[in-house]
Amino acid sequence: MLFDKFKTMADFQAELAQREVTPFGAVTEQILSATEGVVEGHKVILAGTNNYLGLSYDPRCIAAAQAAAARWGTGTTGSRLANGSFAEHEALEREIAAFYGVDNAIVFSTGYSATMGMCSTLAGPGEVILLDADSHASIYAGVTLSGADIIRYKHNDPDDLAKRMRRLGDRANQALIIAEGIYSMLGDVAPLQEIAAVKREYGGYLLVDEAHSMGVLGATGRGAAQAAGVEADIDFTVGTFSKSLGSIGGYCVSPHAELEAIRFCIKAYIFTASSSPSVIASTREALRIIGAEPERRSRVWDNARRLYDGLKALGLPVGPTASPVVAVEMVDRSRTIDCWKALMEAGVYVNLVIPPASPSTNFLLRNSVSAAHSSEQIDTIISAYADLKEAGLFDPAEAA
Amino acid sequence: MTEYRAYLDFLYSTLESHNKKNLELTESTHLVADIGLSSLEVMEFIEKIEDHFDISIPLNILPDVNTIGELAKKVQELNP
Repeated sequence: MLFDKFKTMADFQAELAQREVTPFGAVTEQILSATEGVVEGHKVILAGTNNYLGLSYDPRCIAAAQAAAARWGTGTTGSRLANGSFAEHEALEREIAAFYGVDNAIVFSTGYSATMGMCSTLAGPGEVILLDADSHASIYAGVTLSGADIIRYKHNDPDDLAKRMRRLGDRANQALIIAEGIYSMLGDVAPLQEIAAVKREYGGYLLVDEAHSMGVLGATGRGAAQAAGVEADIDFTVGTFSKSLGSIGGYCVSPHAELEAIRFCIKAYIFTASSSPSVIASTREALRIIGAEPERRSRVWDNARRLYDGLKALGLPVGPTASPVVAVEMVDRSRTIDCWKALMEAGVYVNLVIPPASPSTNFLLRNSVSAAHSSEQIDTIISAYADLKEAGLFDPAEAA
Repeated sequence: MTEYRAYLDFLYSTLESHNKKNLELTESTHLVADIGLSSLEVMEFIEKIEDHFDISIPLNILPDVNTIGELAKKVQELNP
């Protein structure tokens, strides 16, 4: 039967319904601020939104979107290659290129299509892609479509990457290496200095996905490569507008002039409608704001450290270092679901992550902090976790 | 070039620690359906092969590999 392979998922959904939890696709019924809303009937602190700089509800971004909708209409109704390139899209491409200090940029309709599109197009049959084992699903989807030989290197392990580049021999200098700035599930940062050094030794091209690090890392918020001081080694930077910039869409920027020709070869760019002008306008305003208000970056890191330190002090198994993504790793699926439900009832919305979306067989309570969170809100989140611990919902085996 | 038999022997010996059902391993033994390797165990097993022969096995050849014999042939092709 065509549908047999979906039975496991259907059974899991039935289990969740029977337990009266909706971790996947929970409906937000009201947004009260960048950090508060009503989700599935619960008034909650939003601690699982990737809204790192708190710009999703910024009045200046909202006004920019409203003005653009009034001027341009609600949608472009076409591809960037047909009727869907408005002056707004071109302006954003110039501005995101300038933000990164390069000459070439492509704006995509989603972050997924930016990453998947670039990874499916840059290398092809007979060529090689080396990707981090914990890469995002959009990267895996892209490289699978590419037809290139796909080789995984161990997560955040430059030595393993170097070993695999050495094994490629003469093919290494045409290989595409892929890494992420901040990994989305555990919040760990790629060792880009060491990865860039491997590229310098063996050749090849380096693509970095800064989806979760743009706006968060680097002196001007360009991401992990800027923070590591290796931007000169990056051939392609991809990212999203749906996190720090609070809207939706994606981008690729590059110092290579060939990006303009590559644009016309990316199916995920060509065969989809372009972003609504209102979305582009709010993104442009958000990009201006992150340049003008660097204090937002300081605040998100203050909140990240506060949450990380608080959860660690409770003895919970969090990652090795503080990051705007703070994940609590658990081994028991049922208990993780109970914790997620208890957090919702305590007024805290976080992400529940199950394999294979998590990078191991573990389950995650994934928290993401925002510059817009107050210290009191962070303390409320920590307190909700303390109550879970008090209630015996964390197994001692799961303690850090 | 290493003989096909040598690849098979290496795969047999490496799989022994995963052979919890004590199956008699042959070329036609299925890695997942018979031995029951999990996806994580498959990746660990592949890594052992890669390090032993100092090769990288592309992910995209794995969907065509089901049995020990098929894997031995692929590894031989990748290690000229």
